[in-house]
Amino acid sequence: MSSGVIETITMTGQQAVSAALFEAMEKDSKVLVFGEDVADREGGGVMGTTRGLSTKFGDERVKSTPIAEQAIIGAAIGAALGGYKPVAEIMLMNFTTVAMDMIVNHAAKLRFMSGGQSAVPITIRTLTGAGFQTAGQHADHLEAWFCHTAGIKVVCPSNPADYKGLLLSCIADPDPCIIIETGKTLFAPGEVPVDQGPIPLGKARIDRAGTDVTLISYSSMVLVCQAAAATLEGLGISSEIIDLRTVSPWDRGAVLASVRKTGRAVVVHEAVRSFGPGAEIAATIQEELFGALKAPVRRLGAPYSAVPFTKPLEDAWLVQPADVVAAVQSIMK
Amino acid sequence: MTTHPNTPTPTPDILLDIYRRMIRIERNDDATRRQIKLGRLRMPYYSARGQEVIPSAISAQLTRDDTICTIYRGIHDMVAKDMPLRPLWAEIAGRVDGTCKGKGGPMHLTYPELGIMVTTGVVGSSMPIANGLAWAARLDGSKRVSIAYFGDGASNIGAFHEALNLAAVWKLPVIFVCQNNGFAEHTRYENGTGCEFISTRAAGYGIAGETVDGNDPYAMYAAAHEAIRRAREGEGPTLLECKTFRFMGHVFGDQDKYMTDQEKAEALAKDPLPAFRAHLIEQGIASEEQLAALQTGIEAEVADAIEFGLASPFPSVEELRRDVFATEIPA
Repeated sequence: MSSGVIETITMTGQQAVSAALFEAMEKDSKVLVFGEDVADREGGGVMGTTRGLSTKFGDERVKSTPIAEQAIIGAAIGAALGGYKPVAEIMLMNFTTVAMDMIVNHAAKLRFMSGGQSAVPITIRTLTGAGFQTAGQHADHLEAWFCHTAGIKVVCPSNPADYKGLLLSCIADPDPCIIIETGKTLFAPGEVPVDQGPIPLGKARIDRAGTDVTLISYSSMVLVCQAAAATLEGLGISSEIIDLRTVSPWDRGAVLASVRKTGRAVVVHEAVRSFGPGAEIAATIQEELFGALKAPVRRLGAPYSAVPFTKPLEDAWLVQPADVVAAVQSIMK
Repeated sequence: MTTHPNTPTPTPDILLDIYRRMIRIERNDDATRRQIKLGRLRMPYYSARGQEVIPSAISAQLTRDDTICTIYRGIHDMVAKDMPLRPLWAEIAGRVDGTCKGKGGPMHLTYPELGIMVTTGVVGSSMPIANGLAWAARLDGSKRVSIAYFGDGASNIGAFHEALNLAAVWKLPVIFVCQNNGFAEHTRYENGTGCEFISTRAAGYGIAGETVDGNDPYAMYAAAHEAIRRAREGEGPTLLECKTFRFMGHVFGDQDKYMTDQEKAEALAKDPLPAFRAHLIEQGIASEEQLAALQTGIEAEVADAIEFGLASPFPSVEELRRDVFATEIPA
């Protein structure tokens, strides 16, 4: 292997998450993993992501829980106040709604409300995303709710290397983090550096460099932007893709630098467009770069409805690469 | 009511210690209400007058490291656990020397160095968090116990049920202390709770549960002693329902329209504080002079704390960017 080449392994996002959990638990005996079905007795997670952890690290550090999301997050907060670094799994993002009092009123706020005395370094792992016909209570992207709550970091990996690096950072972070996994990114293989360490929170990644338009995205929609960018290239339009990685706090500097260069921006997320993170990002771009913009900032997200079950409606609900291409074309005129 | 044959009778020293905690709570509460009336404090205040025995009898048996999570009506729980009054008063006055730098206030006092871990303004939310502290205690290999204080109203919210079940399944060293004062805000117990005794709900989760006269220092001492022993010895959680009465209504300024004058008069006639004081003297455990001196000392401590708290400056606006995260948010 020549110098400067990074040695990588091909793995899925799920394998990357698993690798991060093993590594974090190995390195720090304060790291705990718990949630519904996560121990090996229960199969090591409904998706198998936590398989092997309880066998290796014991039943006291890796615990399956009753189906009781308030109790899960409450226990995470208490263990964190007691000096531990709990990684609590809420199987699906819609089920975080059951634990919102614990997440919003307690985990996110205890540091501030205690004047800095209480640290709540918990990591909440949760899975979501439309496209699997799971309808309106198993697929929502609710990140905007958490972004609107001061005191919790919202992390959205799009590829296996980021799954590992961002999860490692969430676990080590002194503040509560929610890391959102999606079906579309979790099982797609990718290259992960063998020594992949923590990736800083709050820092975006330039997924693809370009000159005509900036596509700002995160999570599964990075894949959609990549497909759109390939099509746009064929049409002679050069797209720069920014993968935010962390949606709150987000990397304003990276986004503004890119849009200052391209003069055009399209924000793309799977969450419902109305009041979504795209609104915050678009508003910031227009406040900061009004004179430098060549076209209005566009936002793409889901229509204002629940996630539908039936395939034709679900496909129409999700932002597709063609939607991104059309949005870019509309501002290139 | 259950008896505890194996529980030692509290020694005179312990009885005096319980009384000291009670009178410290009462003097501090009285001063708080006075300062609000004088317009020197602006805050929502949920007095616990009448409920002094419960945390006093428990705290007399706790160590500094044992943890409590309590609720907005919880200053008595903290004072019972020896919370210093200076930072307490600075906090309720919203000042920078407050235990939370004025950012939490009377409903969110926190003092981790004495195990006062969380004070929540949300009914029921002390319990799930107390479980985590109990888990941490066991992971540490320590004998610490975790106490969750809450009211009768909180026994009807989902958090109670989720927390008791998890504590049972994980056999956690946690004690759920329900201070049943007969009212959930303005709703009478029987109009909001379907069972006669909250303690019977413990059986539904397979844990120990008991109803105790929360105004009787001996009964409270014995029930707490057994629950603490159970937790320390790894025998799992306990639900204690401690029957009491709140003399000052739900919140400061409450007109108590939802109860009759007679009911309130009867409850006041059973005020545990003067009764216990008289008992200590009658039994020769303490003299009148001794208790008067104790009270004078506490009143001086309270007066000093008021002066300290109200003289402390307000926090600077920069505090809005601090403690949101560990790292200060840039201006």
